[in-house]
Amino acid sequence: MKTLEDLKRIREQAQKAMQVRESDHSAKICVAMGTCGIASGARETMAAILDELEKRGITDVAVTQSGCKGLCEQEPTVDVCKSDQPTVTYGYVTPEKARQIIAQHIVNVNIAGEWVVATDKK
Amino acid sequence: MRELSLHILDIAQNSISAGASQIHIVVKASTRDNLLTIRVSDNGKGMSPEFVARVRDPFVTTRTVRKVGLGIPMLSATADLCGGGVKIESAVGNGTTIEATFELNNLDRPPVGEIVQTMITLIVANPDIAFTYEHSVDEKTFILNTDEIKAQIEDVPITEPSVIRWIREYMTEQISVAGNIT
Repeated sequence: MKTLEDLKRIREQAQKAMQVRESDHSAKICVAMGTCGIASGARETMAAILDELEKRGITDVAVTQSGCKGLCEQEPTVDVCKSDQPTVTYGYVTPEKARQIIAQHIVNVNIAGEWVVATDKK
Repeated sequence: MRELSLHILDIAQNSISAGASQIHIVVKASTRDNLLTIRVSDNGKGMSPEFVARVRDPFVTTRTVRKVGLGIPMLSATADLCGGGVKIESAVGNGTTIEATFELNNLDRPPVGEIVQTMITLIVANPDIAFTYEHSVDEKTFILNTDEIKAQIEDVPITEPSVIRWIREYMTEQISVAGNIT
């Protein structure tokens, strides 16, 4: 059985890992979690994103959620924002697509063009 | 919504939009009363009595990007269908509590579903919000409090993958000890 005591050990290991890591986030992934997004599977998309980042050992990407942004018919939508690049919004992001977006956009810095539904110049 | 845990994610999103810094989620099953209760309380900005009176109307929403708001109306319709209902208590500046009840054994009641995944989603995406999750089956209760976790991990962020993995496993174990609610 797990107890809160386990967290001390986890903390010590994480602190060691954090010492050798860049602290700033290099990218932000935002999953839209309005009623429309959730009903279309946004929670499973989010779970796939977290799992894929963990599997690849990527720790400098912040994962957040937002409300509905008016693209209800294209949910689940996911925004990817690499620092100093415009935000890219992907549509119909199934868990499988989410994993590929991480491989292409986050790892290889190559926007997965065919799934983009909007871009935003910042 | 296929699962009540997706409704919880949806209602909690309202709390986040209302600027809450504390969100308390309860899932409570009472076999004696044949009752399943789901409650989401927050300390967000709250709603006026006039807005509460209209909030079950799908054509009422605060958002500007679309003209319909289906979160509460869908939860309300499901609860009504299952011999229960939705109660809303709110005051401007004092937060909001949404409580949905269902007959536990009602054939139309959606399953609670992946509640752990709902909580993980909320915790990862909103690391600055204090979440509590209270899970009761009759006399047995399990409570998860993210402030307690943060006190243990000190400067390690709660979004750290090893911490998240621990929360997932801990919740899954403790919920099965208290009693899974299907």
